[in-house]
Amino acid sequence: MWHLRRWSVPAYSKAIEVDGLVRRFGDFTAVDGISFDVEPGEFFGFLGPNGAGKTTSISILCTLLNPTAGSARVAGHDVVTERDAVRSSIGLVFQEITLDDYLTGEENLRFHAVLYGLRKEQVQERMPPLIEMVGLSDWVDKQVRFYSGGMQRRLEIARGLLHAPRVLFLDEPTIGLDPQTRTHIWDYIEDLRHRESTTMFLTTHYMDEAERCDRIAIIDRGRVVAIDTPDNLKASVGTDTVTITTDDEEAARVAIARELDVEGEHCSSGLRLRVPEGEKFVPRLFDTPGVGVQSVSVRRPSLDDVFIKYTGRDIRDAESDSVDQFKSSGMVQAFRKR
Amino acid sequence: MTTAEAADTAGATAASAASSSGRDGRFVHNARTVYMVWYREIIRFLRSPARIVSGLAQPILFLVVLGAGLNPLVGDSSEGVTYQEFIFPGVLAMSVLFSSLFSAISIVWDREFGFLREMLVAPVSRTGLVLGKAAGGGTVAVMQGVILLVLAPFIGVSLDAFQVLGVFALLLLLAFALVAFGIVLASRMQRMESFQMVMALVVNPMLFLSGALFPLNDLPTWLAFLTRLNPATYGVDAIRRVMIPGAPAVTIFGWPVPIWLDVVIIFTMGVAMLAMSVRSFRKVD
Repeated sequence: MWHLRRWSVPAYSKAIEVDGLVRRFGDFTAVDGISFDVEPGEFFGFLGPNGAGKTTSISILCTLLNPTAGSARVAGHDVVTERDAVRSSIGLVFQEITLDDYLTGEENLRFHAVLYGLRKEQVQERMPPLIEMVGLSDWVDKQVRFYSGGMQRRLEIARGLLHAPRVLFLDEPTIGLDPQTRTHIWDYIEDLRHRESTTMFLTTHYMDEAERCDRIAIIDRGRVVAIDTPDNLKASVGTDTVTITTDDEEAARVAIARELDVEGEHCSSGLRLRVPEGEKFVPRLFDTPGVGVQSVSVRRPSLDDVFIKYTGRDIRDAESDSVDQFKSSGMVQAFRKR
Repeated sequence: MTTAEAADTAGATAASAASSSGRDGRFVHNARTVYMVWYREIIRFLRSPARIVSGLAQPILFLVVLGAGLNPLVGDSSEGVTYQEFIFPGVLAMSVLFSSLFSAISIVWDREFGFLREMLVAPVSRTGLVLGKAAGGGTVAVMQGVILLVLAPFIGVSLDAFQVLGVFALLLLLAFALVAFGIVLASRMQRMESFQMVMALVVNPMLFLSGALFPLNDLPTWLAFLTRLNPATYGVDAIRRVMIPGAPAVTIFGWPVPIWLDVVIIFTMGVAMLAMSVRSFRKVD
């Protein structure tokens, strides 16, 4: 069985260090003073709605954009003053597909290898196992325009790893893919984590993807509002969600508020109650007069709840907010210029 | 090779790559980048036959249809050259003009479809990327020109080996300058839609004001003035005088411009444009 070898042992303490990073586009502040560190080998996630500043942050870390203020180091190198050193230590899988579709898969990889200054032997050593890992052995000789979306993504992941980067950036790697392909891509990413000790930096607005990270930072309106392991973040919510359906939900809500001192809220699936210990709360619910319970579900806190706790709103609502803000700010034009 | 040997080799590779200087040296790295960016342009060209055919369609229409159609009307020149023979050098220059600018503008395409980011985030000098792009676009444009050159015998133009070499060198020079110019335009364009605008406001005026289709001496003053400002004029002039010995030179205030000056003008423009395009690629924001 093959094994991918790292070429260099990093002599630095943090994979990524970000300190007070700010980026403005005109009078819109896309990134508003964020700070965090990522340890070598860590799988770190940036969770936030579209337009929260994730892509702007990643562009700064990848030297494609200069910060307005603050500093950032990647693999020990400053992203402004040591651009080339940063560039050769990172791999990138962009949000949009950045392959040349008239080249074959292998030609795309070779193009990348040359631009990253790899020697022939290094390419020989690394390319075949990477192609095998992403399951494209039968396809490398075909032009990329004949690939499916998922295959293109997999080729990009292999390409991002070809030069053995210390940090691999995955900017919304499954955006625009169907659920089955998403699962597939994640199988590859998980597999990768076990084979390579590369630090990975993921941005996503999918909760289930953030769930897989060692640590996540929740980013909203250009700020980091929380940063911890997914489990700790969920524990910090402190409440379970009990959802019930009844004959008359408004009457039930009033009765529960009066008898149990819990304020419920109506939602599409019934009446939602937030309580510290869901299982112990349910029997009391049945004893409460005036609440004709038809069904009950108890749910542990999810990252959705974490997001609501720290930002005061649902990630989907946040999404539409941010996009409106994004459009009205002229940032769309600013982005085009790059 | 045994497993142990394989592991050794891998280990040696790992050790040699331990520092970034263990990868290729800076010069070799940049040279290989130029080659690779050039190679990509050639592959793309050869894999899109539609582009080759459509790139030839307009020059051939001008040469065969317009040339043959206007022949009886215009009559032979004092050197005994038919109108078709007269515009042949102009049509060569035109084909180089179109395909050079088209190649350069494919950068906008790359920007819109993301491949430019893959190049820009790589640890290579922007100069290498621009040089590769200019070389690739130039080669493609010259290939188009050479395909047309093969038509020469069919319209009664006979060229000796020196003339063919001379024309080839001039096409190469012109293509290089025009691609560099195109890259400067492309770095200021955000969307592929602006391509139509470039065709209407840059490429077509450059063609019509270049002397490709009519002689430039004895024109009304305003028109003569505009044609002398157009760098393509000097390309057409040089190519025509190599292909048709004795053809009158383009004049500035009555002074005939020597071929070497044509060459210097195009070369200077090319270098200046290349410098500008490298600068516009260096910007990060």
